[in-house]
Amino acid sequence: MTQATASLLYSKEHEWVLQLDGNRVRIGISDYAQKQLGDIVFVENPQVDDEVTADESMGTIESVKAVSEIYAPVSGTVVRVNEELEDAPEAINEYPFSKGWLAEVEMSSPEELETLLNEDEYLAFIKEGEE
Amino acid sequence: MGVNTALKQTALFDTYGKYGAKVIDFGGWALPVQFSSILEEHETVRTKAGLFDVSHMGEVLVEGKDAERYINRLVTNDVTKLSINQAQYTAMCYPDGGTVDDLLVYKLENEKFLLVINAANIEKDFDWMLKQANVEEMTLQNISNEIAQLAIQGPKAEGILQKLTEIDLSEIGSFKFAQHIAIDGLKDVLVSRTGYTGEDGFELYFAAAQAPVLWEKLLEAGREKGLKPCGLGARDTLRLEARLALYGQELSSDISPLEAGIGFAVKLKKESDFVGKAALIAQKETGLKRKLAGIEVTGRGIPRHGYKVVSETGEEIGVVTSGTQSPSLKKSIGLALISVEHAEAGTPLKVEIRNKLIDAVVVKTPFYKRV
Repeated sequence: MTQATASLLYSKEHEWVLQLDGNRVRIGISDYAQKQLGDIVFVENPQVDDEVTADESMGTIESVKAVSEIYAPVSGTVVRVNEELEDAPEAINEYPFSKGWLAEVEMSSPEELETLLNEDEYLAFIKEGEE
Repeated sequence: MGVNTALKQTALFDTYGKYGAKVIDFGGWALPVQFSSILEEHETVRTKAGLFDVSHMGEVLVEGKDAERYINRLVTNDVTKLSINQAQYTAMCYPDGGTVDDLLVYKLENEKFLLVINAANIEKDFDWMLKQANVEEMTLQNISNEIAQLAIQGPKAEGILQKLTEIDLSEIGSFKFAQHIAIDGLKDVLVSRTGYTGEDGFELYFAAAQAPVLWEKLLEAGREKGLKPCGLGARDTLRLEARLALYGQELSSDISPLEAGIGFAVKLKKESDFVGKAALIAQKETGLKRKLAGIEVTGRGIPRHGYKVVSETGEEIGVVTSGTQSPSLKKSIGLALISVEHAEAGTPLKVEIRNKLIDAVVVKTPFYKRV
């Protein structure tokens, strides 16, 4: 059973977006994504003040086997990153929706949120991909 | 799970699902990359024991009066040194010294040998072998589809396997084997003390149809000792820590066995000529220009196959052949084919990781050695 959380929005690249105050969002990868990747051993996050663009790479996640891009689900400026991941990248496997968050972004185009999927849509999207 | 049905399958394919395998396309084969987690499986093999389906590996039977003479001209090691029931690691080269494949030669009888080759190379190797076999009195048979292979690896491997057989496994030394062995009622198993993990253990060769039964029996026998099914992901991290070459990465048609650091399997002084001998002698006499070195990335990043390696002064000196975050050492390690003047242990260098030059240093190998 793939876990998801109702208050989140999702991209088709398997990132989740949690709306915080104003135009600020927190970004992570979904439970489905961490399971697909397997044991995560390295995270390269963007740096604070970096500009990120929706659907473009904002960092990388490496499992034992493979390197995967993290695609920004929205555009904006990075205002905070999860520094804990530097020494404990496995937090993404263990707690993808909480301790395993990646970064917080101040959105430059909040309307981009409308292009993201809600939980039901995301779960249907995953199911489609598996068939 | 949506795995392409055109992929080749081993006799165990239908069993993977029951053990939670994640199946991937591995060079045209549908094989389990992991069952539980690569890190967990890796740790299990280092401390207890793991069971691997490696039935995708190829097997060629060479039989006849000229079998030994033929093989000795085909491979770099000296098969005349083998006793019956002994195995040898060797390479097979092109005339220019590039590598066709690395393989194990099993001497079954004086005139009968089994060659175990890499899955991705079966057709290429067999064609090559046929091409080298013009006049000899012998037969070559590709029996890859009829043979399954299971590897049980780790410190508890012998104890677990011993529960299922009458023969005394402690009498089988490293790179030795026993033939026609019964394993809990299954007949005619070749039991070989070899492996690809850096741990003690066995590789079992037998008729493919028996694979699902033997798989279950072994897991059952090993349950209380912690035996777990393991996938190819852990096999790769285990072999890399032990600095065992992987064809397509450390070895290729462009990389000689001397460059890849498996000179111990190249006998330039053996009496017989062999394909590539002159080129390899020349390589040795003029001195290698590049060689395989172990590296540890001290900056933040993991070296991966194909990444560039650069000297302290910014000169491009080679390429990473394999790399990973080492589960046993908790360090970022790799093997790199680099110019010899930079290959000595302690030499600082840099690896280009996503357009950034990250600090690394040449280290001695193997990265991991069992005590």
